[in-house]
Amino acid sequence: MSFGMIWKRFQHRLRYWAQHSERHQSLLEEMDFHIQSKTQDLVGNGIPEKAARAAAHREFGNMTMTAEEARATWIAQWISDALQDLKHAFRGMRRDAGFTTFVILIAGLGIGASSTIFSVVDALLLRPLPFHDATRLVWIANEEWSIQVSQFLDFREQNKSFSDLAGVAGVSAGDTELTGTGEPERLTSSPVTQNFFTLLGVQPMLGRSFTEQECDGKVGNPPAAVLSYGFWQSRFASDPAVVGRSLTLNGKPVTVVGVLPASFDFASLFSPGTPVDLFVPWPLTAETNQFGNTLQAIGRLKPGATTQNAQAEFTLLAKRLDTEHPERNPVVPKLTPLQGHVNGRVSPALMLLACAVGVVMLIVCANLSNLQLARLATRQKEMAMRTAVGAGRFRLLRQMLTESVALSCCGAVFGLLLAVASTHAISHLDAFNIPLLASVKLDGNALGFTLLAALLTGVLFGLLPALQVRSFALAEALKDGSRGSSGHGHAWVRNGLVVAEIAFACTLLVGAGLLIRSFLGVLNVKPGFQPEGVATLRVDPSFRLSGLPQQNSYIDEVLARVRALPGVRAAGIADILPLGGDRSWQVGAKGQVYPRDQHPEAFMRVVSDGYFESAGIHLLAGRGFTEQDRAASEPVAIVNETLARTLWPGRNAVDQIVTQDGGRRVVGVVADVRHMSLETPGGSEMYRPMRQTSDYPAMNLVVRTVTPQEQLAASIRATLRPLDPNLPMGRFDTLQALVDKAVSPRRFLVLLLAGFAGFALLLASVGTYAVISHSVNQRLQEIGIRMALGASATNLQSHILLQTLGLAALGLALGMVASSALTGTLDSMLFGVTPGDPVTFIGIGALLIVVAAVAGYLPARRASRIDPMVALRAN
Amino acid sequence: MGTEKLKSDLMPGTLDMMVLKILTRGHLHGYAIAQLIQQLSDDLLRVEEGSLYPALQRLELNGWIEGEWGLSANNRRARFYKLTPDGRKHLQAESARYRQVTGAVARIMGFA
Repeated sequence: MSFGMIWKRFQHRLRYWAQHSERHQSLLEEMDFHIQSKTQDLVGNGIPEKAARAAAHREFGNMTMTAEEARATWIAQWISDALQDLKHAFRGMRRDAGFTTFVILIAGLGIGASSTIFSVVDALLLRPLPFHDATRLVWIANEEWSIQVSQFLDFREQNKSFSDLAGVAGVSAGDTELTGTGEPERLTSSPVTQNFFTLLGVQPMLGRSFTEQECDGKVGNPPAAVLSYGFWQSRFASDPAVVGRSLTLNGKPVTVVGVLPASFDFASLFSPGTPVDLFVPWPLTAETNQFGNTLQAIGRLKPGATTQNAQAEFTLLAKRLDTEHPERNPVVPKLTPLQGHVNGRVSPALMLLACAVGVVMLIVCANLSNLQLARLATRQKEMAMRTAVGAGRFRLLRQMLTESVALSCCGAVFGLLLAVASTHAISHLDAFNIPLLASVKLDGNALGFTLLAALLTGVLFGLLPALQVRSFALAEALKDGSRGSSGHGHAWVRNGLVVAEIAFACTLLVGAGLLIRSFLGVLNVKPGFQPEGVATLRVDPSFRLSGLPQQNSYIDEVLARVRALPGVRAAGIADILPLGGDRSWQVGAKGQVYPRDQHPEAFMRVVSDGYFESAGIHLLAGRGFTEQDRAASEPVAIVNETLARTLWPGRNAVDQIVTQDGGRRVVGVVADVRHMSLETPGGSEMYRPMRQTSDYPAMNLVVRTVTPQEQLAASIRATLRPLDPNLPMGRFDTLQALVDKAVSPRRFLVLLLAGFAGFALLLASVGTYAVISHSVNQRLQEIGIRMALGASATNLQSHILLQTLGLAALGLALGMVASSALTGTLDSMLFGVTPGDPVTFIGIGALLIVVAAVAGYLPARRASRIDPMVALRAN
Repeated sequence: MGTEKLKSDLMPGTLDMMVLKILTRGHLHGYAIAQLIQQLSDDLLRVEEGSLYPALQRLELNGWIEGEWGLSANNRRARFYKLTPDGRKHLQAESARYRQVTGAVARIMGFA
C-alpha cells in the first residue's frame, strides 16, 4: 500500500470519528426511510398497513443493533488488528522475560519519578492557592519584614488599588500555654486582623470569625480564638460542641468562636514546618502600634488593578507617610502576588527538578530504543517472515509501536505504584519547611499525566526501532550472508543514541554535582554555635511572674535543678534560638550620632548565664554573663563580632557603652551566629542578661548533654515538675533539628537531583555496555579473522576500548558544552561554588570516562577470549 | 427454490462488489440497491438489511462510494450513494479477482 493511500484512508477515518454522532443520527434516518419504502411497497401489494409495517420492521431487525453493527465494521477491524498486535507484543514479552523486566523496571522508575515530580509541581506551583479568587491576593511586606500598625492603617485607608487589606502578626511558635482540663500543652498561635479570614474568602467550618469588639482588646488578653482544623482534631477529637467553650490560654479565659476548614492550611503556606493551632485577634490600637513593625499585610486587588500599579501607588504613599510622620518606623512597601510569595522561594528548584526528570526520561527513552534495536536484530527472521506473508510497512510499524507502548504502559503501572508511595512519603515530610508540601497527592491530573507520559515514552522509544524494522526485515530477506552489513546503518543510530545518553547524563551529573557541592558547603558552614548534643525545651512558667525577683528566682531554680542532672554539661536559657526569630532593634554606641536612615540595627537576644557554653558559642573577648548579672547590678551587654566592628571599628569593644536601656556596658564579645539561614552571614547581634529584663518573648532552656534525648526529657520533666506542676512539656527539640530544618529545602532538592543523576549514570553505562557488547557480537566473524591473522588479545581489547571511549568522549564533549551553557541558570541555588566550578566539571568528566571504560572493558575482554575457530564457524 | 439470503457464507467481498456494480447505474439509495440486487438476480439473491447498511458504511469509509442526502421519488429525504473514481478502480480489481476465483472453483467442480 502506498503512503498516499494510507494517508487518504486515515483522513477518511478521522472524518468518520469526528462526525460520529451526526453520522449515527443520519444512519438511523436512512434506515427509517428504508422501512417506510418497504412498508409502502408491501401496502401496494395489498397487505394491510399495520401488518406491512410490522413485517418491514421484523425483516429489518433491531434498528439500533443494525446501526451499531454498521458502525462497528471499521472499528472492529481496527480493534482486531490492535488486539492481534497486543497478543504478539505480550507473546514477545513472555519470550524475552529478561528484556521485558528490564524495560518495565527502567520505564517504571522513569515514569514514577516523572509522576511524582509532576504531583509536587502541580501542588506547589500549578494549583491555585486554596482561597477565593486567589490570583487577586497580594502580599505586602516592608522590604522583607513587617509594617507598623499606624502605617498599615494609613495604607488601608488611603490606597486605591485594593478593596481591602488584612494583616497577620507573624506566627509565635509555642507562645501560648493551654492549661485547665487535660494535659497542659504549649500551642502555636497567630494573631490576625479582624477581616483576615473574610479577605481570604475562608469561611469557618464551625462557628464564626472575630467580631469588631473582639479585636479591640489588649494584646495578651484575647477574648476569642479560632481553632485550626488540625488542632481541633487532635486536641478536641473533632468535637463540634467546642464552639462557645472557654479555654484557659496563658492563664486567661478565651472563648472558642470558630473552627477553620481543613482546606485552610495556614501553616503550610506561611510557616511551613510549624503547624499553627489557633488564631487570636490582633487589635489595631495605639498599644500594638507601639510594638513597632508587627504586621505583614495581604490585599485583595480591585477589579482591573494590577500588582505593578499597586506597587507604584504604595511606593508613593510610603514616601508621603514617611515625611508626614517622621516619628513612625520607615516603610518600604514590597508587593508580590500571594502565590509568588508562597512558592517563589521553591519554584526555581522545582523547575530544575522538572527539567532533570525530563532529561532522565529522554535517557530512559534512548536506552530503551537501543535495547529494542538490539532485540530487533535478533528478530530479523520473524520480521522477514511477516513481510513475506504480506505485512505492509505500516502494519509492521504499528506492531512495533504497539509493542513499545504496551511495554511502557506496563512500566507505568509499576511507576504509578512508585509514585503513590513517593507522593505519600513527600506529603509527610513534616520537618521540611517547604510550603504546601502536605497537599502533594496523586490525583486525577497526575494520573492523566502518567498516562500521557506512558504513551509518549512508548512512542518515543518505539519510533526509531519501528522506522528501522523494514530494513531489518529486508536485510534478512536478501540474505546477503554477512551479518555485519545489516548492522551497519543501525550501528550509527545506536552509537548516536549512546552519545546522546552520555551527553544528557553528563549535563545532569554536572548540575547535581554543583548542587551537592553547594549542599556540602552549607553543611560545612560554621553556624557560630555547635548543635551536636544540644537539646532545647520551652520552660516559660504557666503562672505569671510578678516581677524581676520572682522571675530571677525561677531562673535560678530551673538552672540549678537542670545542671544537677547527671549527664548535663551546661545549661542556659535564651529567648530566641539560633535560626529562629528576627527581632531587631536599633542600637548605637554612646556618644555617636547616626543619620536617621543609617542607624545600626542588631538582632536582640536575651540570654542567661550558661547559654553560650551550652549552645557552643565562642567567647572571643571579655567575659560571658554570670549569675551575678542581676536586676540590682550594673546593666551589661554582650555583642557579637559584627556589631563590635560596626559600632567601634578598629577598637576594643569591651568596656564600651551601648545606648540600649539608658546605657549598658559591653562586657564581652562573642562569635557571630547565623540566624536567618545557614547561607546568609549573621549580621549584628546584641545579648542582654535575662535577669536584668522581663522584655523577652520566650524562655528556651538550652542543655548540652551526653544523655540520650528521651531519657533527658523524662528527667528534666521530673525535676521541673515541683517548680510548676502545670508546665507543658510538649516539644523537646534539638538544635540539630533546627539546623536540619533550615537546610531541609536544599536537602530535598539535592536528594532528588542526586537520585536522578545516579539513575541517569546507571542508564548511560548500561546503554554503553549494551551497544559495545552488541557490536562485538555482530563482528564475531571479523574478530575471528583478525585473531586468526595474529592480532593479539591486547590489540583487540584496546581496539574495542578505544571505540567505547570515542563514543564517551563525543558524548562528554557535547554534555560539557551543554552544561557550561546551562549551569548559569543554577546560580541562585549555588552556595560556595561558581557555575563553572572546575572541580565538578573535571570530576564528572573523569567519572563518566571511568564508567565508559568499564562498560567497554567487559565486552572487550569477552571478545579477546573468543576462540577464532568457533567465531569463524559461527555463521 | 426459495430466495437465497446474502450472508457471510457467500464469498467475502461479494456483497461489496455487487453494491459497487449496482451503483455504476447511478445515484441510488439503500432501499433501491436492495431492490435492484433482488430484481437483477431474478429474486434469487436477497440482501438482508443487517448486512447492507454495514456494507455501505464500510464502502463509504474506504472512500469507494459517497453518500449525500436528496429527495426520493415520493419526496422523502433519502440518502443517495454514488461511486467514486477509487470505487470504480476497486470494482474493476474485485471483478477480475472474482472472475479468477469463480473460474477456478468452476474448474474444480467440473462446471466449465
